[in-house]
Amino acid sequence: MMGSLLALAYWQETTIKLLIVLLVVPSASLILVYVFLFKMMSFMQSRLGPMEAGPYGTLQLIAEAIKWLQKEDIQPEGSDRRVFIAAPIVVLTSTFLMYVVLPAGPDAVVSNLDTGIFYLLAVSSLSALGVLMAGWASANKYALLGGLRAAGQLIAYELPLVLATMGVVVQAGTLNLQGIVLAQAEGEIFGWGGIGNPFILTQFLGFFIFMIAAQAELTQTPFDMPVAESELVGGYHIEYTGFRFLLFFMAEFGTTFAFAAAASVLFLGGWWIPGFDADDNILNILGPGVMLAKIMFLCFLIFWVRFSYPRLREDQLQKFAWKFLIPLSLVNIALTGVFKVAF
Amino acid sequence: MTAVSDREQLSYIAGQAADARVNVELQAGDMTLNIGPQHPATHGTLRIAVRLDGEQVVQAEPVAGYMHRGYEKLTEVRTFPQVTTLVNRIDWLGSFANEVPFILAAEDLMGVEAPERAKWIRTILFELSRIAHISLFLGDMGVQLGALTPVFFAFRDRERVLNQIEAATGGRFHPNFDRIGGLKDDLPAGWIAETKATMEKMRTFCDEIEDLLMGNEIFAARCRGVGVIPPDVALAYGLSGANTRASGVDWDLRRDGDSAKHLAYDQVDWKVWTHPDGDSFARFWVRLQETREATRIVDQLCDGLPGGPIMAKVPRIIKVPEGESYVVTENPLGQMGYYVVSKGDLGPFRVKIRSASFNNISIVPWVLKGVYVPDVITILGSLYFILGDIDR
Repeated sequence: MMGSLLALAYWQETTIKLLIVLLVVPSASLILVYVFLFKMMSFMQSRLGPMEAGPYGTLQLIAEAIKWLQKEDIQPEGSDRRVFIAAPIVVLTSTFLMYVVLPAGPDAVVSNLDTGIFYLLAVSSLSALGVLMAGWASANKYALLGGLRAAGQLIAYELPLVLATMGVVVQAGTLNLQGIVLAQAEGEIFGWGGIGNPFILTQFLGFFIFMIAAQAELTQTPFDMPVAESELVGGYHIEYTGFRFLLFFMAEFGTTFAFAAAASVLFLGGWWIPGFDADDNILNILGPGVMLAKIMFLCFLIFWVRFSYPRLREDQLQKFAWKFLIPLSLVNIALTGVFKVAF
Repeated sequence: MTAVSDREQLSYIAGQAADARVNVELQAGDMTLNIGPQHPATHGTLRIAVRLDGEQVVQAEPVAGYMHRGYEKLTEVRTFPQVTTLVNRIDWLGSFANEVPFILAAEDLMGVEAPERAKWIRTILFELSRIAHISLFLGDMGVQLGALTPVFFAFRDRERVLNQIEAATGGRFHPNFDRIGGLKDDLPAGWIAETKATMEKMRTFCDEIEDLLMGNEIFAARCRGVGVIPPDVALAYGLSGANTRASGVDWDLRRDGDSAKHLAYDQVDWKVWTHPDGDSFARFWVRLQETREATRIVDQLCDGLPGGPIMAKVPRIIKVPEGESYVVTENPLGQMGYYVVSKGDLGPFRVKIRSASFNNISIVPWVLKGVYVPDVITILGSLYFILGDIDR
């Protein structure tokens, strides 16, 4: 659609889209790390955080990245070399693939898949594979424990994540992410369509479950047992240094950004601004800004919890998923179905 | 070694781990995991060799000695006044508290009694080092469980206490302030008022920690019922300090010990806190209450500080008469004692140091049986040891 607007050839369009995704993922991690990990966390802990590199330490992460790039590439002697090398790439690939379907405007989307949400959740769970690979290939007991924990956790929380989005899908009647945004934009609250109908109003239960499950999928505290720095000393990425660690690091924050984007599309109305036509061309310019604001708000919630909570134990985490979140999300789906038929 | 028979012990472990039992038929081969010597949960270089079945601990063995510095031997080639510099570094977070029992033992041998004012200031500094010590534990427990923020609050507010210790003694970490027969100096002007303001801040800090950690469901879920030590087992293993009081043993050397009369604890109104549960949560709770109680003790001592000299009459060159003396005090980590043997020389003939942490970690093989790896960290964190205090 973008191509037809700007009259570009297919290869030109594809190249531009590729470049945008390649640009968005690192800059998203950059923003999240600086705003939340460096500054918000520091302010919560009554300190300033990095202040030296660039104004207010804005270039700190660049400096860190350069430092990581200079480090020796160490591989443990007993490691499975090829798997060891492939693991961070698999994790990062999963992150990049997620950005393909995330819409930031009526036409500002790389690929408008009809099964967008299905695809999004499918590629996001690819990272579990990478984490397990890293844990196994490192030939380190801590890494192995971390990898196994991660595998168990990511699979357990994949379910509530999928089931939470089901409510939205039932209500919107489509798997297409653009369709979900449009359904919210064209929706009405008791006949009043001023702000559309963001699904958080009807799917608040789904939103709640989605955010918790996303927190676990992202292995953020209180669900960060796979990395658990005080017990497993970093878990699956304990043996990774320099550039390879940078890949894991970028994937972690890139995925956080992507999950926040998914949540804002599913529950907060995505890129649509009240008062505009949903196919207004101006939304291609304003939409990304609106998305960014919503994403930053959701990331704020994620990181707020991360910095203030202790972590659960592995068995408590599993219990929470299977005994609480999954039944709750099934109830949510059932209720949504009933209301969908009734109204 | 223990008063409890193996059968009782096993049934106890079974009960404790009933929730976390793995299916015996699915038991895979064991894996040995070295926690430490370089591991963030061991506060230094303690190594705990655990045999794991999955994530469950089958057997745990603490290996100490990576940081042995030979203080007992070193004291033999120092004069009595020089020894305080060494013993400062045993339990490095509560340094002043290390000096007191040694000085008391030496005073006992010499038959010298410190003046009243010196005793009171000693007690104040003793309690300040306890507050500085335990407030770090209160934050550090959060880090062990994955909460990053409390420890920064702890470091921030502990700094105020360290400032007070520095203002009085000149040393933040290693004051080296206690002398045989009294103290090096009197308190500086304005110190009392500042200290009382600091104690107010520390009480706010305790409230903050209570809100942040103890009120948190995840913290409770991680700590309650984890690492339960019954009172008889605690006593059998020679545990001391808050670890025994958390098991319901009402025993505090500040109140019950012989050394208490050399310090000013009987002059103030305070309470020994105990908790019946004996789990990690109880140990945290008891320490939190003790920090509050310590601020109250300091407040009262500051109010009633008597005048007079701070140094008794002692010869310029200290020669301790022949004899033996053993003094124990209630240090931040627990019972700390010095057995001093003198042959009438400038320095001690032999010093045996009984430090709290060494005995406190002796229960590790017992208490870690059957728990999960994350609980290992909770239990180690809640037992609270300092590596210097284990290895000396």
